[in-house]
Amino acid sequence: MSEPGQRLEVASDQDVVRVRQLVRTVAVAVKLSLVDQTKLVTAASELARNTLVYGGGGWAEVETVDNGRRKGIRIVFADEGPGIADLDLALTDGYTTGGGLGLGLSGARRLVDEFDIVTEAGQGTTITITKWCR
Amino acid sequence: MERVPVLKIGDILLVSIQIDMEDQVALQLQEDLADRIVATGCHGVIIDISALDIVDSFVGRTLATIASISRVLDAETVVVGMRPAVAITLVELGLSLPGIRTALNVELGMELLARHRAEEFTDLDELGDEDEADTPAAAAS
Ligand SMILES: Nc1ncnc2c1ncn2[C@@H]1O[C@H](COP(=O)(O)OP(=O)(O)O)[C@@H](O)[C@H]1O
Ligand SMILES: [Mg+2]
Repeated sequence: MSEPGQRLEVASDQDVVRVRQLVRTVAVAVKLSLVDQTKLVTAASELARNTLVYGGGGWAEVETVDNGRRKGIRIVFADEGPGIADLDLALTDGYTTGGGLGLGLSGARRLVDEFDIVTEAGQGTTITITKWCR
Repeated sequence: MERVPVLKIGDILLVSIQIDMEDQVALQLQEDLADRIVATGCHGVIIDISALDIVDSFVGRTLATIASISRVLDAETVVVGMRPAVAITLVELGLSLPGIRTALNVELGMELLARHRAEEFTDLDELGDEDEADTPAAAAS
């Protein structure tokens, strides 16, 4: 039970802005609360930037989901970059290999209801997040 | 690339971020502000983020960096107008923005800067005559 997703390329700073805006639009459409919209858009911004900066670019796909009881939004971020060799380390607050704050992955995970990551050194990274309406 | 305007109002630089900034735009703002602080000799910077519907770790770090750079250039930065949902999200993201002064709106931000400036002068007076060497005008003459 879900509508077809919308896929955006993530290849530039501008694309990261587009991802934020699409997520915002869909979040409003499924009537996430204002705080949950803000959390989801923030998480999406972090992950889209990682796709661009560390993954060397990729795509993001935004879809609405419905589990029969609740509606929600699912977003997939995928790249074919270097992957993440040590996931536990990458998910540690403050860990960064790029001079960032190291809060993107760990923070995004806190901001959503479901956070799933598939990655392996040399195999790219795919992260799926879901936020449900309360 | 769009650019965020920096306005000089009295002895304060006011930046009102009205667009969803690309990362490069945020970095440009950081540079522009440093240049304007030096060019104008302003001692206060107010950054109004009331139009921003999110602040992620990149923008958060940019704000913190602006505050640090300003301080080195003898200017104090106040971030004003953060929306409640943004504040809640920032804290959960893990970003507490240490070292950044905040106020609820531009007016309160200006009051905060004025008070800060007044306190600084009191401190300098207590140090004696050294304060004269601290002002750009005295150093230039
Ligand atoms: N898509 C990705 N591909 C490869 N490595 C990644 C990816 N996303 C995150 N990482 C790694 O995880 C680290 C932590 O990411 P993050 O928490 O977003 O912090 P930051 O972006 O500030 O470095 C990054 O520095 C990088 O080494
Ligand atoms: Mg990141």
